[in-house]
Order: sequence, then structure tokens, then C-alpha cells
Amino acid sequence: MKNLPLLFCGIFFALAFSFVGLILSSHIQLGSLTQTTETLVPSDADETVLVMVEGDPLYPAQPVGFAQQGKDVYISMGCIYCHSQQVRRADFGADIDRGWGPRQTVPRDYILQDRVLLGTMRTGPDLAHIGGRPLNADWHHLHLYNPQITSEGSTMPPYAFLYETREIDGAPSADALQFAVDSEYGPDAGYEVVPTRRAKALVEYLLSLKINYSLPEAPILE
Amino acid sequence: MSAPQSNTQNQSPYSSANEAVRAELSVIDASIRSAALFFVISAITWLMIGTVFALLTAFKSHDPDFAGAYEFLTFGRVRSAHLNAMALGWGNNIIFAVGLWIMARLCRAPINHKGILLIAGVFWNIGLTVGIVGILMGDLTSVEWLEIPHYATPLLAISYALIGVWGVMAFRFRKGDHVYVSQWYILAALFWFPWLYVVAQIMIIWFPARGVVQSVTNWWFAHNVLGLWLTPMALATAYYLIPKVLGRPIYSYYLSVLGFWALAIFYNWAGVHHLIGGPVPVWLISAGIVASIMMVIPVIVVGINHHMSVVGLHKEVWRSPTLRFIVFGAISYTLVSIIGSTMALRTVNEVTHFTHFTVGHAHHGVYAFFTMIMFGGVYYMMPRLLKREWPSATLIKLHFWACALGITIMVVALQVGGWIQGLEMNNAEIPFIDTVQNTIPWLKARSVSGLFLTVGHIAFAINFFWMLFAAGAVRAKQGPTLLDDSKEGGAA
Repeated sequence: MKNLPLLFCGIFFALAFSFVGLILSSHIQLGSLTQTTETLVPSDADETVLVMVEGDPLYPAQPVGFAQQGKDVYISMGCIYCHSQQVRRADFGADIDRGWGPRQTVPRDYILQDRVLLGTMRTGPDLAHIGGRPLNADWHHLHLYNPQITSEGSTMPPYAFLYETREIDGAPSADALQFAVDSEYGPDAGYEVVPTRRAKALVEYLLSLKINYSLPEAPILE
Repeated sequence: MSAPQSNTQNQSPYSSANEAVRAELSVIDASIRSAALFFVISAITWLMIGTVFALLTAFKSHDPDFAGAYEFLTFGRVRSAHLNAMALGWGNNIIFAVGLWIMARLCRAPINHKGILLIAGVFWNIGLTVGIVGILMGDLTSVEWLEIPHYATPLLAISYALIGVWGVMAFRFRKGDHVYVSQWYILAALFWFPWLYVVAQIMIIWFPARGVVQSVTNWWFAHNVLGLWLTPMALATAYYLIPKVLGRPIYSYYLSVLGFWALAIFYNWAGVHHLIGGPVPVWLISAGIVASIMMVIPVIVVGINHHMSVVGLHKEVWRSPTLRFIVFGAISYTLVSIIGSTMALRTVNEVTHFTHFTVGHAHHGVYAFFTMIMFGGVYYMMPRLLKREWPSATLIKLHFWACALGITIMVVALQVGGWIQGLEMNNAEIPFIDTVQNTIPWLKARSVSGLFLTVGHIAFAINFFWMLFAAGAVRAKQGPTLLDDSKEGGAA
């Protein structure tokens, strides 16, 4: 090949083409999505324009501060490498059948996240709706401390370093982990395991992950 | 004459029959020697570090308590440390060595101001070290392929720019009219990589785009690191070294043109197939799938071109350390790309997505294709830079067999295990914990494959440093180190 201007142009436009086609156009399509109410109503008699319902809450909801600190822990532990946060539609995979969420997730669900953690791996289950499943903070703490306690045979690593084992000083702490009486994972007599601030934030974050609202483009069907 | 006829017969070990050409290449080799040596040494060091992280990751995946008490060695961090040590430490350093060397040779342009290149290389490796330590300390970004913390990335970007510009400068001051296919690939990759990296950094880390636009950008970047950076560099190396070693030209100029442009146009749209089924517009996904299928064209074209270039000379291929690795890599390129295109089909992706199948596929591409070709490149380049030969053919054979077997075991184990995992995951009647338990035997097989690769890497490193330091043990007088004992001569 001797036509160098053509070579340069080709090299440039090849990538420019996909940059415009994939990145800029998805930014144009999705970059201005805003919160909305669960349903929309017509604004005029012709029913051509749909608007939000006045006074209804807006979704997705703003994230809460302490849960956001938990998200930082989630990021710093690399949870994303085994857990996705996206629910696929009903006839594609078994996400909804497994109870990972009541509906598929759509772009609007992610607009308030400064870092989107969709993930591409499910060594562990999807967590998009983990806060909406019947698992309370006590369960999450035991599970994080050592996954074998709640999910025997799991390959999830233990996060015991997010907990502090200490001598019980007077009365046991209110937030100490509640091990079963005969649990082989519990602390020695006279000791207790308490979550650090990071563990509490992480659990707060996990409990905040919920797809419990409809969106006009993705209603929860009964 | 009793020796069998061979194209490589009677050739100088340094490949070119013409003494003037040899003298010119020798000047060019001398001009890049110190920088290339620095990059190869850095690359091999990172390869060994990455191997340690790889083994830790592999063991932890089936034995979660393994080194489980240490926060900095938790799975998510060692996995990310492994990826970045391999991709940016081994991959980029070896590209800087082999790619720039090939570029300089093909442009017939010695490298000037090599001190700046060397300093930029030092800063690249400092930036990467800071980044990997940052990952282990918990500052990783949790953005796939971009885990390096934000305080290390500007240093990486600046030092890359200083390194990459040397390739472009060599091209600018080239001699002669003809521009060979390897030069297109290297020039394009040197230009594409910084664009991808800077856009991804800005749109995901520095000024996050809204919602899933980040994810689209993420996979546009991550897939293109493979497609527009590692792949063209490996193809350039194969295109340069196959004719060099065999002493006959590449089969078809027109096929190489078609292969290059088809890759340039289709590959960079393909990345969004990592989001199939996800919360992104369907038209984006469809565009990605179409591009992924179209990738069959450049892959088949390059496959035919490489195959026709070596056909009939299989004995020479097998005897040459360089070509044994490169042909393994070239065959892997065809295989991994065809599998990759298939994985982009929605019905297939429904099973393979979110499973170890994808992990197997990634190693198939980055290791069986890219890394094997780069090993071949090092086996060819070092004797010419150092004017010495590889001390041990046995170590080269050990390197080849350990890596070839290891990566084959890994890809088969992860893809069979991943396929089963995907089928089970899509059947809600099977408890999730069973899908986890049933992957464990395959993950153990992956750990075994990792031990094979470790043996190969150690053999490679020993041979390399032996050659580098044991100056007295040179065997250049005896001709190149070949992998069987026939006395035919020929090029390594």
C-alpha cells in the first residue's frame, strides 16, 4: 500500500465510526434520561402527550449517603467480578424465575449511579434486587463474615477482616453477630464478633439494592 | 547433495542474504537495543508477577479460604492485579519491545533520542507498579480492564504517548516506498490505543457519563484493547516473522489488505456483545452482534494468508522456535475468533454470558493467540539484538509444551465447565449453589493448567536471563538454536 493519506484516513475513520455509532449515539439517546413517576398520564384530550403524575414519587430514588459509603466498599473489594447487577427479561435466561428481580432492568434504573456496576460474571447470584429479597442485615453480616455459615459450599471468599473479634466487656454489644449455639464459626467463649463501620456500610448498600418500583417503560407485572 | 531441499537452506542465521541489508538492519537493531532490552526484561518480570497473581486467583476460585484472611489478597483484588499485570505489564511492554523493533526495521529507520524512549519506559513501569499496588490496597475502580486507580492513570497515559510516538516517528522517517502490512497494523494500533484509553478514562472515571453509557463505553474500550491493540500487534508480528524465517513472501498481498480493513471496520463495533440481554438499547446490541459475525471475514482471510504462507514447510515451522510459537498463535487466532463470533449470537450468549466460558475465551485470545505469538517474537528478536543464541533448546521445548498443553487444558476446562454452568443457571429448578458446586472440578483443572503455564514461564525466564548474563556461553558460532538436531542450518 502506498496511498498513505488513505491509510491514515481509514485508520482514523474506522475508530471514529464506532465511537460515534456506539458511544456518542448512546450518549445522545440515554444521556438525558431523568427520574420519572411509575406511570404516565395523558396531558390533553388527544392523549398524544404523556406526562408524569403530579405528586407521585420519582424513580429511581436518590441513593442514601451511608449506602453510598457501602458502595465504595463493594467497589474496593471487587465484588463485581463475581456478582452482576442486571436482570434480564423473562424469556432470556432465568433471572426472574430465580427471584433475582420482579422485572428486567432498563437504562433508567442506573441513571443516578456515578459508577455503574452491571458486571459480566455470575459466579455468585445477581445482586440488582438483593435488598428486596427476604434476607435481613443479620443474615448478610453472617454471610459476609463467612459465607459457609449461611450458604454451605459457596466459593465466596470470607470477609472476616471487615469484622472485629473482641472480648465481651460487660454486656454483649447490640450489633454483635448472632451465631447459632453450636456453630463452628463462632468466637471463643467470652468473645464477640462485631461489624466494623465498613461492614455496616456494605450491608446498608446491599439492602438498598431494590427493583421494587415500576417505570413507564418497565412496569412490574402482577 | 544429500540434504533435503529447503527454502531456508544456505541462509545466514540473521536471515538476509544481502550484506548491505544486513548491515543496515544491524544499525537499526543497535539503535533500539537498550530500549528493547529494557522492555523485554520488564515484560518478563511482569509475566512472572502476573503468574503469581494468576495462581492465587485460580486457587481461591475453588478454595475460598486460601489466603482468605488477608484483605489485600481478596479475590476481587488479586484477580484485577493479575489482569492488569498481564495486560499492561506483560502485554504492553512486550508490544513496545517487539512492535517498535519490527516497525523500526520495516521503516529502515534507526531510533533517535533513544534515551527519551527509555525514560518513558521507566515511567510506564513505575506508573503500573503504583497502579497494581493501588489495586491491592483497595483503590481499584471495579471497571473491567480499567482497574488501575485514577492517581496512576495519567502517568500511564503520558508515558504511553511518549513511547507510542516513537513508532509513529519511525514511520514518518521511513525509507523506501513500499509499506508492508505489519506497518499498517502497528501504526493503526499505536494510534487506536491512546484514543480508546483516554475516552474510556474520561467517560467512566473522570467525568462519568450517565448510567449505562458508562457500560457501553467500558465494553467498547475493553473489547478493543483486544481487537485494536493486542490483535493487530500480534498479527503484525506474525506477518513479519513468517516470511522472515521461511525466506519466502507472504502468500497474498490482496488478502492482507482485505484482512486489515475488515478488522479495522468491524472489530471496534463488536464490544457491546458483552452487554447482550442487559439494560442497553437493543439496536446497540444488534449492531455489536452484526459486527461480531462480520469478524469472520478478516479472520478467515488472515487464516488463509498465514496458512498458505507456511504450507509445505511444516518441518521448518516445527524446527524454528519462533515459528513453532507463532503458528500455534495463528491457529489459535482463527479458533478463538470463530468461537467469539459464535458467542455473540443471542441464543449462544444466553448460555455463555456470566459464566467461566467467557473467562476461557479471554485466555484463549490473550494467551493462546497473542502471548504465544509474542513468545515467538522474542525468540527471533533476542539473538539479533544480543548477537548471541538461546543457550538451551531443551528449555525452549519445555516452554512450548508446558504453555501449549497448559493453555489447551485451561480453555477446554473453562469452556466445558462454563457451558454446563450456563445451562444450569438458566434452569431455575436447579438451586444456584449447585451451579457453583458443579464448576469446582473444572476450576481445579484450571489451577492445574496454571501450574503448567508457570513451568513454561519459568523455563522461558531462565533461558532468557541465562542468555542475557552468561555472555561467555554464547553459541552464535554454531548457528541458531533449533528444536531438532538435523544439521541443515536455517533461521531460527
